[in-house]
Amino acid sequence: MNRLATASYSLAFGATIATFTAAGPAQAGEFDGVSVNIMTFTGPQIAEPLQRRAPEFEKLKGAKINVITVPFSDLYQKLLTDWTTGTNSVDAGVFAPQWMVDYVSAGLLEDLSPRISGDSAVKMDDIAPFFRDFSQKYGGKTYMITLDGDFQMVYYRTDVAEELGLAAPKTWDDYLAFAKASHGKDMNGDGKGDFGSCIAKKRNAQSYWMVTSIASAFIQSRGTAQGAFFSTKDMTPLYNNEAFAEALRIYKETTKYGPPNEINLDVGDTRSLFTSGQCALSIDWGDIGTLAIDKEQSKVIDKVGAVILPGSTRVLDRETGKLVDCSPEICPHAVDGVSHAPFAAFGGWSGGINANADDRVKDAAYAFISFMSQAAQSNVDVTIGATGFNPYRISQFSDLSLWKKAGMSEKAAKDYLGAIQASLGSPNMVLDLRIPQNQRYQQVVLDTAIARMLAGELDIEGTMAAISEGWEEITDELGREKQLAAYKQTIGAE
Amino acid sequence: MKTARLPEWMDRHSGPIFVLPAVLLILAFSIFPLVISAWLALSQFRLGTGGYEIRFVGLLNFKKLLTGSQQFHFLGTFAEIPLIGWLIVALVFGALAVAARRYATFGRVSVIGVAGRLISFPLIGALAVLFATTLGGQIGSLSTTLFYVIVGVTLQFLVGTGLAFLCTQNIRGRSFFRLVFFVPLMVTPVGTAYTFRMLADTTVGPFAPIWRALGLGNFAWASDPWTARIVIVLGDSWQWIPFIFIIMLAAFESQPRDQVEAAQVDGASTFQIFRDITWPSVAPVAATVVLIRVVEAFKIVDLPNVLTNGGPGIATESLTLHAFIEWRALNLGGSAAIAYLLLFVATVLCVSFVNMVVVPMRRSRQ
Repeated sequence: MNRLATASYSLAFGATIATFTAAGPAQAGEFDGVSVNIMTFTGPQIAEPLQRRAPEFEKLKGAKINVITVPFSDLYQKLLTDWTTGTNSVDAGVFAPQWMVDYVSAGLLEDLSPRISGDSAVKMDDIAPFFRDFSQKYGGKTYMITLDGDFQMVYYRTDVAEELGLAAPKTWDDYLAFAKASHGKDMNGDGKGDFGSCIAKKRNAQSYWMVTSIASAFIQSRGTAQGAFFSTKDMTPLYNNEAFAEALRIYKETTKYGPPNEINLDVGDTRSLFTSGQCALSIDWGDIGTLAIDKEQSKVIDKVGAVILPGSTRVLDRETGKLVDCSPEICPHAVDGVSHAPFAAFGGWSGGINANADDRVKDAAYAFISFMSQAAQSNVDVTIGATGFNPYRISQFSDLSLWKKAGMSEKAAKDYLGAIQASLGSPNMVLDLRIPQNQRYQQVVLDTAIARMLAGELDIEGTMAAISEGWEEITDELGREKQLAAYKQTIGAE
Repeated sequence: MKTARLPEWMDRHSGPIFVLPAVLLILAFSIFPLVISAWLALSQFRLGTGGYEIRFVGLLNFKKLLTGSQQFHFLGTFAEIPLIGWLIVALVFGALAVAARRYATFGRVSVIGVAGRLISFPLIGALAVLFATTLGGQIGSLSTTLFYVIVGVTLQFLVGTGLAFLCTQNIRGRSFFRLVFFVPLMVTPVGTAYTFRMLADTTVGPFAPIWRALGLGNFAWASDPWTARIVIVLGDSWQWIPFIFIIMLAAFESQPRDQVEAAQVDGASTFQIFRDITWPSVAPVAATVVLIRVVEAFKIVDLPNVLTNGGPGIATESLTLHAFIEWRALNLGGSAAIAYLLLFVATVLCVSFVNMVVVPMRRSRQ
């Protein structure tokens, strides 16, 4: 463990005791003899802070927390089968808020609203409005508590940009130009040529979020309620037109400037490549920002810039399916003629509780999730790369001292937090899909089609057709009207 | 007397009574799940208020796989047959013709035998044609599985038998090699898969310098469908060669020495001794070991899941992995349908293997 992390953990532990004794929903020893099984994905990220803080919580409140981990691709199903079959061996989960819709509609998730209203320590007002009012809620009730803030951004090497005389990419064409110019250049001093762009493109991993991050800029321009996945008129997929074709072309072209095995890399791999200085650009959540300051592993300390996802000067005309130039009417939120559509991919790891767990176990589970989210713990955890937690509390954006203490320079902190804040504050933010069985739409149909395109099994037209047909089939199976209503509700469309 | 009847009855039915617990266990843990999954294969699973519902949809799940939206995934994408495809078709049809002729000429022709061949021959022919017609396009999970079974088991059998034969020879360090060759079998399949993943990593793995020295630094095996499939076959072989090795070693060592020694006295070469004495005596064991491996190989899932996640595209997805991915996406009906089609193909091919290879081999020894 590095000194930085040790110092952070000690600080966190001290702060923990101080805060939890001051205020909280539960009293010391209140949960003696209670055991809580919490499921999340195989870490080290996300599982690490839960496992690390579980003994602290046990000392404070008496409840034993067992963190069960499963591969990410199995998490949705494992929780669902445990809860729907009545096995109920899992009392709580830390998972994607996107999946909440399926769990809530089946009556499997506990409504946390009453507990939250009696919990002053969790300080809900400090959680950024997007997470507090959208990500944590379904149908007006709060079912989850945010532990991690998720927005995809573009990271770039500031030293490489300076050397090449390039600015941070504003559009996806800029991204490609930057990748092309830097590809093959030795960026970490090992005498070997490195890569212009590193994107996680592995199947059954995170690739479908990456492609959505690119596509969003071309598909949505008039604000969040316009939606970036389906037409709000009839639930027709928006992934079969000139805009998505352009996104696929860009996505495919980035492969030219990536590592040879990019098709088999997940975010863990691309993060390692980036922080070891082998990539000029990457698309990722907030993790690279904190991993880049890890003195033991990072070779790019103070050499990393972060920007809001690049945009486009041409966007989709939904009537014709063609790309058209931005105008103030078509792109009302454009900046300098560039329309950005930051993608709230995944929505941030959040904790939810099994509605059918024992009441005392539910209370203990809530106390633990609240404890993890409280500023005393969270403000430290979000600054440690290994946790996988990214900022989501207002205080985490305003208090630069947290970041400086963690080893980030003021400039880097402003840059990093600025990119997240620009995304959070964008009126054209793209919300991740939150309709019933969204996992099938994205993790099965979209993911498979993208993987087939990268493998050369499908061309761009074939990929769009496969996605469109696959999505239509699911929509018809689950009921078009029902899906449309759910979609419109989640994006706030009229 | 009434009291005497029970022991008497039990005495008469002791056989079935002793077997009953085992039958009940099999029914509970094997037949019952089989029936439930048959029902699932004809149904659709949906989440609903308060839990889930399972709706009967008839053959819809099978239709999707064979002719519908999942055809590309299960059967593959059809294209013009390449030269190698024609060769495979010619080879398989030739073998079927020879098998049919042998059965008609030398076999014990029966109604069941003919009926079995009327099922298995067209199926084997159809699988060969399917493989050939999707070879130019993109092969589906069915053909990928057949590739793993045929190429993998052949490779494993040849290497495993070869190593076993070597270890029966009077060479130095024989005991050491026996132990070393056996080790991979004792490792859990997922452990093997992760180990092989590290070994096969051409960027930071132990063979990366060799890979780069060969000028392959810019080529990743995981990006090419066929190299990815071959790497999976190699990983599978690494794990299963020891199984064949250990059984064939036992077979070689249990053969009577007197015939071999007599042949040696008569001046027979090692090759002649192997062909005319050793092989005929171990052939039934070899056929059985191949059968066990074929059954196992049809269920391959760990390696493609860990090494490639089924990619690039769907190139390395076996039927079991395909079923697992569908199950994970809550498509329980589709997953059960794949499992049933796998069961059908595996059963027909294994029964055919028994009838056409194992049984004639045993008869020839008698």
